Amino acid sequence: MDIFLQQILNGLVVGSIYALIALGYTMVYGIMGLINFAHGEVVMFGAMVTITVISALVGAGVSLPGPLLVIIGLLIAIPACMLIGFTIERIAYRPLRGAPRLAPLITAIGLSISLQQVAILIWGRNYIPFPPILNHDVITFLGASITKLQIVIIALCLLIMVGLLTMVEKTKLGRAMRATSQNPAVAGLMGVNVNSIISATFVIGSGLGAVAGVMVATNYDQAHYYMGYMIGMKAFTAAVLGGIGNLGGAVCGGILLGIIESLGAGYIGDLTGGFLGSNYQDVFAFVVLILVLIFRPSGLLGEKLADRA
Amino acid sequence: MSLLDVKNLQVAYGGIQAVKGIDFHIDQGELVTLIGANGAGKTTTLKTLVGMVKKASGSIQFDGKDAASIHSHDFVRHGLAMVPEGRGIFPKLTVEENLLMGAYARNDTAQIQDELVRIYDLFPRLKERCRQLAGTLSGGEQQMVAMGRAMLSKPKLLLLDEPSMGLAPIIVQKIFEIIQMVAAEGVTMLLVEQNARLALEVSQRGYVMESGKITLGGDARALLDDERVRNAYLGE
Repeated sequence: MDIFLQQILNGLVVGSIYALIALGYTMVYGIMGLINFAHGEVVMFGAMVTITVISALVGAGVSLPGPLLVIIGLLIAIPACMLIGFTIERIAYRPLRGAPRLAPLITAIGLSISLQQVAILIWGRNYIPFPPILNHDVITFLGASITKLQIVIIALCLLIMVGLLTMVEKTKLGRAMRATSQNPAVAGLMGVNVNSIISATFVIGSGLGAVAGVMVATNYDQAHYYMGYMIGMKAFTAAVLGGIGNLGGAVCGGILLGIIESLGAGYIGDLTGGFLGSNYQDVFAFVVLILVLIFRPSGLLGEKLADRA
Repeated sequence: MSLLDVKNLQVAYGGIQAVKGIDFHIDQGELVTLIGANGAGKTTTLKTLVGMVKKASGSIQFDGKDAASIHSHDFVRHGLAMVPEGRGIFPKLTVEENLLMGAYARNDTAQIQDELVRIYDLFPRLKERCRQLAGTLSGGEQQMVAMGRAMLSKPKLLLLDEPSMGLAPIIVQKIFEIIQMVAAEGVTMLLVEQNARLALEVSQRGYVMESGKITLGGDARALLDDERVRNAYLGE
């Protein structure tokens, strides 16, 4: 029983991070019908930039409390990632508007590889450790353990997601974003500058990605130029699971996928009599992806495609 | 000077010359209709007026300005609104959110609220359904949403593209009553219609468009009596 609770807690931590990244995929898809496969790399840059900033501060002998250093790192990483997202859309996707669907898809994959290479040029091929400034004290809760940092991660993810959903549902910008996703030509007639809305979508999604990247780096105490690939794929799976284009779906899909994955990893050893170990945990995400694509391609909260009459 | 003055407008659309040099004008306060068969170039003309389609040549003067200098998403800020063909509502926004999208380009929040109340007075049906998703409404109700939305942008000129399309005859009657109501509010309108009789009956002036050209124009009553219009468009 305590293993079960432990896996649920672990699942909530990774799941809320997946959800944050999945929002970036699903927002862009909702507005442009495009899967931005370079989004994982934006997450990676968020982690890398934060680590670099914190290491520089620590190296320069700045003695501030750990959490404050992370916040400073975030305050630099978020705008940096927003700039990357904005630039990606401007130079890679905007010229391809109206091009056949395959063109932006291939561009996205190319961008993803290019951004990884840029990261190698800046940070090298090795794992970059997160400076030891954070407290990893464990709290025991009904036999399961969780760190304070993980509680902060979950709480912050939920807070950001509620904030984003409120923004999209209640503000004028959010209304314009939804209108643009449903009918860009008519939104233009209403005076919405569709290009600005698309830029705003990329900027917001990249900001969320930056935060997620920092969370991944603090949770695993390291970052790597290739980290964005796997986490990006899983977040994409989460977005598809929830129903791509649907914000609430991305949140549910992310958390659900995190829990499925960690329960799977926790029990696979028992289920296969020790033949497969928890190192197979990545398999679960993609099994889920395949099952969703076969049995419910529109996702848990997605509508049927025929809805657009 | 006319509110809208179009001279020798030509538009090519996917390799086809859809509009072949037309001239027309609309004065302040008028309700003018553009009638013609399917494919005559009426919708293309409207889309060109709001910058959704680029013209090949000719000039469009709107309210004393050259329309070519206006960005397509800025037309509404210059007072040009359009109810597109097929209504163009946002199906997954509520009725009220759809209406508020019409006021997107405005910042006078208090006045927008007052006008929203007036729109609801004009269309009590929409008030009942203000929290409902617009995509769940009937065709006639959606047309009301589209017209209310356009009115909330406070247009100097309102373009209506086929408002009767796909609606039952009894609803079409209702929509034309609404058009007359809106006209009575002092909104200048250009109405594009295939339902020539109704359109001419509510309008002051009319133009007839045939394969990209305007072949007739003048007083709407006179057009209703015109032999050629009666034969070709009124089925007499």
